[in-house]
Amino acid sequence: MAVIDIANPTRFLRIVDRVLPWLIAATIVVFAIGLYRALNAPDDYQQGATVKIMFLHVPAAWLGMFGWAVMSVAALGTLVWRHPLADVSGKAAAPIGAAFTFICLVTGSLWGRPTWGTYWVWDARLTSMLVLLLLYLGVLALYWTAEEPGRGARAAAILSLVGAVNLPIIKFSVDWWNTLHQPASVFRIGGSAIDPSLLTPLLIMALAFTLLFVTLHLAVMRNEILRRRVRSMRLMQAQEAHA
Amino acid sequence: MNSLAAILVRDMRLAVRVGGGAFMGALFFLIVITMTPFAIGPDLALLARIGPAILWLGALLASLLALDRLFATDYDDGSLDLLMMSEVPLELTVAAKALAHWLTTGLPLVVVAPLLGLMLNVDMHALGWLTLTLAAGTPALTFIGLIGAALSVALRRGGLLLAVLVLPLTVPVLIFGVAAANAAIAGPTPFGPAFTILCALSLASLVLGPIAATAALRHGLE
Amino acid sequence: MELQAEGLTCSRGGREVFRNVSFKVPAGEALIVTGRNGAGKSSLLRMIAGLVRIAAGRLSLDGGTADTLIAEQAHYLGHQDAMKPSLTVSENLQFWTRFLGSRSDIGAALESLDLAPLADLPAAYLSAGQRRRLSIARIVAVSRPVWLLDEPTSALDAPSQSRLSDIMRDHLAGGGLIVAAAHGAIGLERARELKLGVA
Repeated sequence: MAVIDIANPTRFLRIVDRVLPWLIAATIVVFAIGLYRALNAPDDYQQGATVKIMFLHVPAAWLGMFGWAVMSVAALGTLVWRHPLADVSGKAAAPIGAAFTFICLVTGSLWGRPTWGTYWVWDARLTSMLVLLLLYLGVLALYWTAEEPGRGARAAAILSLVGAVNLPIIKFSVDWWNTLHQPASVFRIGGSAIDPSLLTPLLIMALAFTLLFVTLHLAVMRNEILRRRVRSMRLMQAQEAHA
Repeated sequence: MNSLAAILVRDMRLAVRVGGGAFMGALFFLIVITMTPFAIGPDLALLARIGPAILWLGALLASLLALDRLFATDYDDGSLDLLMMSEVPLELTVAAKALAHWLTTGLPLVVVAPLLGLMLNVDMHALGWLTLTLAAGTPALTFIGLIGAALSVALRRGGLLLAVLVLPLTVPVLIFGVAAANAAIAGPTPFGPAFTILCALSLASLVLGPIAATAALRHGLE
Repeated sequence: MELQAEGLTCSRGGREVFRNVSFKVPAGEALIVTGRNGAGKSSLLRMIAGLVRIAAGRLSLDGGTADTLIAEQAHYLGHQDAMKPSLTVSENLQFWTRFLGSRSDIGAALESLDLAPLADLPAAYLSAGQRRRLSIARIVAVSRPVWLLDEPTSALDAPSQSRLSDIMRDHLAGGGLIVAAAHGAIGLERARELKLGVA
């Protein structure tokens, strides 16, 4: 069975049905290990235990960006090769990526409260993530407002690629803007060097988040395929009634 | 070339004859600037400090407004079909339309900006530099907005969807435009680097905008 | 020159509109596409015009200009007129003539459709029939071998319809070909019919 066979939605569904329970189990296990290591990691001498929000915040940021990367690859599949599962993949990745970005913003804000005194100070990373969330919401708006799913998918694919090109520029601009307005960069969430004792739990949590993303992604793709089947059957029903 | 000139002339004629064109954008700009002190108070020092930012935001919103019509009218009356069938590359056709849009919406904003800057008590010697940043940056707003206009016409949804799609993409232009303007007035940073990056963004959008907009039209309308 | 279609299939919005449509239209001949509403007449014309994606099948113009899309050698007259209400009749026609790359004089085209007296009137003041004649003037002004006409006689009164028939006959006599969608006759005696929507 070649990789190209996965292109067939029915085969894909069968593969997902077999693989999904294992993925769910793996996700739970790695999360358990990660959370245990995270909670047992040493406290920061400056921030105390609150630094542990980092174990949720940083992986969420990575996965938020990863989500857009998945959408961009899916977009190429849709526009260039017209791969049948490509727009399903892109459509599934969008809300998941948006959710992770949102989690990153919320955890970042909660982390900032004890550190800065307010919930939001427009620091460089959080602001970039906010713009990323706005772009995600734009893509979701395209899916929601399209009358024809095919058109919405293609429009979203184009916006994904435009966003992929723009995101590095936006990140650079926001970083530049931030240093412009805060010449003495006080404290930066995520810091420069991460202590090794914190690095391992961080990577485990990142793995857990990634597994979560993949699990959710496949599950949402399955739902979307089934949803489209229902739609096709309804259309056929209408067509037969007409004839 | 003749074909592109024909589009440029036609679109500019339409902009002027329908909906007031150049006048409307400048009027909206004036209204936004007028409303700002109502919201903030007539504190001249404060207005002078945020003047460039307000002007840039006003220019951004004013540019967005007319983008709605860019493809919608051609789509509604069947012209878009014929434009897409032509041997003239659609990217160039779209770029010509964008240029017409900037000449009739963006350029009037630039022309009116010094006057509005005076109303906001912006430093007089800096007005020229501020206007220059708008002249360099408003093309980027039009050419990036092109993408949103193409995406929203393909879905037959206007107005707010367009703004939602376009505004995040214009963040870099806004950042560097205002930074350059502020630098000219009092900033610690020099005018040059920010302005150069602004110009680079505009030039990049001249290429990326039409390509993405064409893809959106072709894939979205098939 | 011949327009050849083989096994064309069209799908819009997930629904299959028509499948396996084949036909050949040689130069000098016309094909009338008939069928009930929703059968896909307009979609077929738009597919030839390159505006709708070909889901399956092949389309080619044998004997046309090499390495050129069919769309670039065709005129498409759709339901809409593609004329701007705020531009005058002349300005509208002048624009399309220039854009389509022709240097021809629009006066002759306007004359042949009886639009010369209206030349300086904004298109907004025209009746539906007059606007239709203006879009036909566009096809007359710029020379292209393939004509794709979607219900060309709609909104036209009897004299205008016979004028259109003359124009179409001249086009065919000059070596062009026509594919038209219609509910009934459009004034061409020797035209073949393609009926869509028959299961």
